[in-house]
Amino acid sequence: MSDRLVSVRDLHVSFVAGGRVVEAVRGVDLDLHRGECVAIVGESGSGKSVTARSLVGLAGPGARVSSSRFEVGGASVGDFRPADWRRLRGGFAGLVQQDALVSLDPLRTVGAEIGEVLRVHRLPGRAKRVHELLATVHVPEPERRAGQYPHQLSGGLRQRALIASAIAAGPPLLIADEPTTALDVTVQAQILALLAERRAAGDTLLLISHDLAVVARLADRVLVMRDGVIVESGAPATLLSAPSHPYTKQLVVAGRRLAGSEAPRVATPVREPVLVARGLRKDYGRHTVVTEVDVTVRRGEIVGLVGESGSGKTTVAQLAFGLVAPTAGTVEFEGVPWSGVPERRRRPLRRRLQFISQDPLSSFDPRWTVRRIVAEAALGQDVVPLLDRVGLSADLADRYPRQLSGGQRQRVAIARALAPRPSLIICDEPVSALDASVQAQVLDLLADIRATDGTALLFISHDLGVVHHLADRVLVMHDGRVVESGPVGEVFHRPRHDYTRTLLDAVPTLEVQP
Amino acid sequence: MTGLLTRPRAVAAALGFLLLALVAAVAPGLFAGDPLAADPLHVLEPPSAAHWFGTDQLGRDVLDRVVHGARHSLAIAVAATLLGVTFGVLLGLLAGLTHKYADEALSRSFDALSAFPLLLLALLFIAIAGPGTVSLVVAIGIATLPHYARVVRAQTFVVRQAGYVTQAVAFGDRRLTLVRRHVLPNVLGPVPVLAVIGLGEAILAAAGLSFLGMGPQPPSPEWGAMLSESRGYLSIAWWTAVLPGLVVTLTVISLTVAGRHFQRRFEGRLG
Amino acid sequence: MIVLRRLATGLVVLWAAATAAYLALLAAPGNTVDSIIGDGADTPQIRGEIISEWGLDRPAVVQYLTYLWRAAHGDLGRSYLLQRPVRDVLGDQLAPTLQLALAAAVLGITLALVLAITTRRPWSRRVSSTVELVLVSTPPFLIGIVLLSVFSFRLGLFPVAGDRGLGALVLPAVTLALPIAGVLTQVLRDGIDRALEEPFVVTARARGLPERAVLVRHALRHALLPAVTLLGWLTGILLGGVVIVETVFGRPGLGQVTLQAVTSEDMPVVLAVVVFSAFAYVVVNTLADLAYLVVDPRLRRS
Repeated sequence: MSDRLVSVRDLHVSFVAGGRVVEAVRGVDLDLHRGECVAIVGESGSGKSVTARSLVGLAGPGARVSSSRFEVGGASVGDFRPADWRRLRGGFAGLVQQDALVSLDPLRTVGAEIGEVLRVHRLPGRAKRVHELLATVHVPEPERRAGQYPHQLSGGLRQRALIASAIAAGPPLLIADEPTTALDVTVQAQILALLAERRAAGDTLLLISHDLAVVARLADRVLVMRDGVIVESGAPATLLSAPSHPYTKQLVVAGRRLAGSEAPRVATPVREPVLVARGLRKDYGRHTVVTEVDVTVRRGEIVGLVGESGSGKTTVAQLAFGLVAPTAGTVEFEGVPWSGVPERRRRPLRRRLQFISQDPLSSFDPRWTVRRIVAEAALGQDVVPLLDRVGLSADLADRYPRQLSGGQRQRVAIARALAPRPSLIICDEPVSALDASVQAQVLDLLADIRATDGTALLFISHDLGVVHHLADRVLVMHDGRVVESGPVGEVFHRPRHDYTRTLLDAVPTLEVQP
Repeated sequence: MTGLLTRPRAVAAALGFLLLALVAAVAPGLFAGDPLAADPLHVLEPPSAAHWFGTDQLGRDVLDRVVHGARHSLAIAVAATLLGVTFGVLLGLLAGLTHKYADEALSRSFDALSAFPLLLLALLFIAIAGPGTVSLVVAIGIATLPHYARVVRAQTFVVRQAGYVTQAVAFGDRRLTLVRRHVLPNVLGPVPVLAVIGLGEAILAAAGLSFLGMGPQPPSPEWGAMLSESRGYLSIAWWTAVLPGLVVTLTVISLTVAGRHFQRRFEGRLG
Repeated sequence: MIVLRRLATGLVVLWAAATAAYLALLAAPGNTVDSIIGDGADTPQIRGEIISEWGLDRPAVVQYLTYLWRAAHGDLGRSYLLQRPVRDVLGDQLAPTLQLALAAAVLGITLALVLAITTRRPWSRRVSSTVELVLVSTPPFLIGIVLLSVFSFRLGLFPVAGDRGLGALVLPAVTLALPIAGVLTQVLRDGIDRALEEPFVVTARARGLPERAVLVRHALRHALLPAVTLLGWLTGILLGGVVIVETVFGRPGLGQVTLQAVTSEDMPVVLAVVVFSAFAYVVVNTLADLAYLVVDPRLRRS
């Protein structure tokens, strides 16, 4: 077989949706040589996934694919019959998608899923081979795990099993579409290491991601995609040090948040505390979710609360907001007891404490227009200046939230949160669901609000870069406890606790390779 | 639901037919003559220009009877559905908003009620209260109640947990205000559409029970009763059974098509 | 533990159903004694005998508890009209009804599975959907009448009435099965459609699995989940529909017994039939819940 595994010229993929023709890929060239690792980076809607999937003939239902050249494994795809595609899938190229919880059949065991590949490609020795494959991807106790269902495995193990099923028939090409997006940062690092291992073993990798940092260390070449075309391509080092296309520049800046220099923050005068939580503990049955947590937020401060999934950070947010009662410990807001107090005593102060959640759409009454949503909080104030403040034009006021983009919805949520002039806004993963370029805008808006109105923020996130960008002080949570806290510069550049160090190490950074 | 019947033209046809049925129910005299007028000289005649649907065993014009029957059948179905919906919604809301034990008790009662097949439950009621219009209405109403109650209860749970309810707390809304402003409108949203589809089922149930002789007694032109009477003449006069039956089917189909159309529109609004 | 909870819930519902039916009985106007006497001799002495024989002079609570106790042991009382144990009255007629119900269930489910899997192309899907809608909207007795007219009267293929021989089972079973198949096909097809949009289907296809295998080995199992929850409802439809179908086709069975009991206000029989159907529903529902646990491993506690 030749050295060039894939050769595509002028690829066009379009879909018919609701009577209109949507062009997802508009003239893409792609070459993959044996042993390389190529990454396609872009935001949602850029066409990167469609490009990757069309290599195995799975562009999507109703897709129309055309190209001037399309060769996979030396054969021209135009002559392919369904049986040829089936041989190619799994045999020549394996596909790994994000979130193994839904990418593996939840009703079948992991072993059955991997074994299915062997059965389809008529490879012998199924049971033994399945165990071997699981061992190759470093799943401990492969015999036991093979008989388990995906939901019984941790996120990292599931993803490894998914990778095992993709390489089961020994394909020379491995396509990984956002393979680490659904995973915690520490687990993400492990999976990336596994992929690097596969590369070292001779596999060719095609990585798809929205996060430049994730692929920077692994890829030989990076293709930046936007709106169906490749806007720039080159080695990661070149792209990072001297990006030529403005869009690439945007991505690099957005990804660079963590590697900021330790510029001294403008010292804010120590003001009185707005929220004081002491000794918080929350048990659900026998399961302790949060224990011995102290959080203090002062007026005008931005406090970040970081941790991976299961660390208890969301529960702390709910306790602080008063949504949930603590099993032990107290919360005080504006000097007034806040926990363990009947709602009617909290009500007068309620409006001074606002909440922004990760998915703004579910926090809006689906029957209300934007205007009504903001008016509910504004209590007589005019809605338009509030919309203006968050950068939304007045003509959006009469639309419904479901008609807006993710970034616009979050702005509406912020406008609504600002209306009652709160002293503290609790933000629970407010930018996690947004594209990188939009994230930066929303974060800047929040910083601006603090600067202008002096509103304090309690910012919860799993994304260290985001917290580093915005917060004055940070608390690191792990397994329900606060393991470290302090000014952001201190914690991020001179961590004391082991877990903090692990967390920081695992975060992919955009460092220029020497 | 896919199918030839989701196209706009089909929906329009369905709505048109329903309008026709409604007018027939309200003012049958506009379309038809006397359903009780027997003509012994023209017994069991096949459809012709004079009698579009033919005549039955007493010489009555079948089409006249069908048109007049619309009033009976639709009235029974509407009344039964209203009964079921009203109490179903009330109980469902109650179950969804109260604390755990009351909810458990109510839910088990819904389960118990729906353990009886609709027809048998209705027959039980009729055994107690005797056949007739009122029996049908009450029987079908009670039998369909659990369905509405369960849907409303489930919807109440969904809405209670929704983000916008949490947000309303942040604005200091009192519980009652919250229920009035956010919970009720969102919970009751799906109900009208369910009622329209339920109306179709009520018509079928009423027709079935009448067919068994449990509904309005002859010579009432109610659809199910007509079909029951026609059983004996099936081999020689199919039109006395099939044509009225087709009218029933068409009505139910129209209700289902219209109902599902609005259901899709409504779901679209929820994003 | 989940299994025990399901069983317990089933029992509670059954008890509630039996009680509800009994309460309905109490609400019946008219004297029970009058119903028992019917058209027979009516003297104070006979009344007294009847009262003591049927235990009608005992307090209401005692009567209720006696009823529950007896019902749990299979003693469903005695028919007012026929003066025989209800259990015998039902027992005689149970066989033909069960035969019909089972035949219809098997036919309906098989038809639904076949249609859901084979009508995937747009054209066949549209036609099938339309037919399903018509079947679901047509009164079941009309379907029976039409089938009877065409296949029995016109073509003479099947007997017109009665229950002798397998031939007599065909039309009634088909009549009962068609509306069921109509609903089940839609549910299964929706389930398959939704399953095919899931990411694990992309993974399965990316392994080189042929489309038919993707459908049957992956999507179908997921589609069965919502269908299994319908089994209880299916039982209800069957037991209710049986009354109508037996009437149309002149078959003996529970339907005839029930109708006779209703018109003559023979309450013990009516009560027994109704409670029996609730019993069947609860049993099937509980089994369906347990089947759900088998099919979907996510629900099992590890």
